Amino acid sequence: MDFPLVVKIKKIKQETPQTKSFVFEYPKRAKPGQFVNIWLPGVNERPMSISFDDGKNYTLAIAAAGESTRQMHALRVEDKIGIRGPYGTHYQWKDGQRIAMLPGGYGAGPTYWMATLATKCKIDFFLGARDKSLLLFADKIKKLKNVRFLPSTNDGSAGVKGFNVECWMQEMERGVKYDSVITIGPELMMYAVSKQCAKRKVPCQLSIERYMKCAFGICGNCCVDDLGITMCQQGPVVDNTLAGKIAEFGQYHRDDVGRKKEF
Amino acid sequence: MADLSVTFCGVKFKNPLVLASGILGITASSWRNVVKNGAGGITTKSLWLEEHRGHPNPVIIANEHYMLNAVGVPDAGVQKAQEECGKYLAWKSSPLIANIIAGRVQDFGKTAEEIAKIKPHIIEVNISCPNVEDEFGKPFACSVGDAAAVTREVKKRVGNIPVVIKLSPNVENIVAIARSVADAGADGVNVMNTIGPGMSINIDTRTPVLANKVGGLSGPALKPLAVKYIADIRRALPKLPIIGTGGVLTGEDAIEMMMVGATLVGVGTGVYYRGPQVFKKITDEMQAWCKKENVKRVRDLIGVFHNGNGRRFEP
Repeated sequence: MDFPLVVKIKKIKQETPQTKSFVFEYPKRAKPGQFVNIWLPGVNERPMSISFDDGKNYTLAIAAAGESTRQMHALRVEDKIGIRGPYGTHYQWKDGQRIAMLPGGYGAGPTYWMATLATKCKIDFFLGARDKSLLLFADKIKKLKNVRFLPSTNDGSAGVKGFNVECWMQEMERGVKYDSVITIGPELMMYAVSKQCAKRKVPCQLSIERYMKCAFGICGNCCVDDLGITMCQQGPVVDNTLAGKIAEFGQYHRDDVGRKKEF
Repeated sequence: MADLSVTFCGVKFKNPLVLASGILGITASSWRNVVKNGAGGITTKSLWLEEHRGHPNPVIIANEHYMLNAVGVPDAGVQKAQEECGKYLAWKSSPLIANIIAGRVQDFGKTAEEIAKIKPHIIEVNISCPNVEDEFGKPFACSVGDAAAVTREVKKRVGNIPVVIKLSPNVENIVAIARSVADAGADGVNVMNTIGPGMSINIDTRTPVLANKVGGLSGPALKPLAVKYIADIRRALPKLPIIGTGGVLTGEDAIEMMMVGATLVGVGTGVYYRGPQVFKKITDEMQAWCKKENVKRVRDLIGVFHNGNGRRFEP
């Protein structure tokens, strides 16, 4: 049933100056890394990563970046939105693993969610942002018992000054060995992580987002070169071996008419 | 194993299944993956001369009964088509059917001329999209005169590349349209595009779900309509090769289409109902049926419904 289900927003919270989280009840359960299509009647429909599923409610953390996300920020509690999904692949882990998490931007949502589920894993959480105010879900993340919280900011206003990828590499230089690396965020950040993981032979999972219309493997807008597989069904979460075979990863994506756009 | 190969307008296909236009049709990599998943050939998403924006989202919705789409035929224009088709053809994979579209008769000619330079195996002409009516008015496929005019315009610009006209089911007399395009030089027809347009309202928001409000309807329920239209056209024009498209999900569906006269069978919405491996599933089912019925060559089934080998069609 790939029709939007209309739900009412239960709660809205300003998480950072740019990001609001929206909470609503939804009948289907999801896993970290999956996404839904959110429909604003008369405005647009677009995919959004699920930040949290508490078993009854979804949380979507949405940064106001373009026209449609600004419209979403204008929503109020009790407003109606359409949701379909969840769609796509999700992150995976095994009990006892030492995991490095490298989220960028909204990626803090799904990684935090996974950290709450992977209770028998030891997680180094490399949360990064431009400045302290943009560290999404920092308060929740640092409370988790299985997490070592290692924030970084570009301006040094919290944690280490610099990028989270550098922090993570420093930990590895110090001899920390990871069984798995989880990254989600801007593609060039993930590309850097992917290259490092391939070089160091560390298993890694990442989320390759492409412009999606149907989200159920029909329209073809999210097919990646040269494999030709859809990222709505065989992604967005892929392991690094598969990412290594996606020639366009870190190079280009396609717009709504299928034209290549370089990163 | 039965021989599933067929020859359509002089082009050999390893099996009769072709990816229908508009599904997974944007990139060379996607087409190759569809062939890897068992298709005998692929049809591109409709190609425009210049960039054409599609409709805003939502553009496709679907459930267990039907799919409704108003993607609005987005495309980046002929330069991208040349790049992607060129890449695909260099792989020497299964045949490429380049589907073209335009808003005016003379633009069909210009588009066809540019696309012919890529040397696709076949050019298919989309004169039947039901979800761009706001922009272009009633499809050309709804008028005997317009359908023939587009066919003539395309035929004179593409050399010896076979031209297939994709027909609309939303007409009073589809046989008359088929005859008009055949008389104008069409080498074959595709029966059929989506029906409608239809509309779906979300009752909680009291608005249409599709941003375009209306969209082309497809899915398994269309098959009997396609079967009837193919049978009608085959009976009236027995020499006109047909691509049968509409609601094909299984090997039995494909064989049914062939029996009434289709040489090739388009699969579109079937990808939704049975996943990207639908082509392999269908050919496996065709093989199983051929074994059961002791059919050695599936091409022997084309049009049997109309001759002594099948039951006579007497409506």
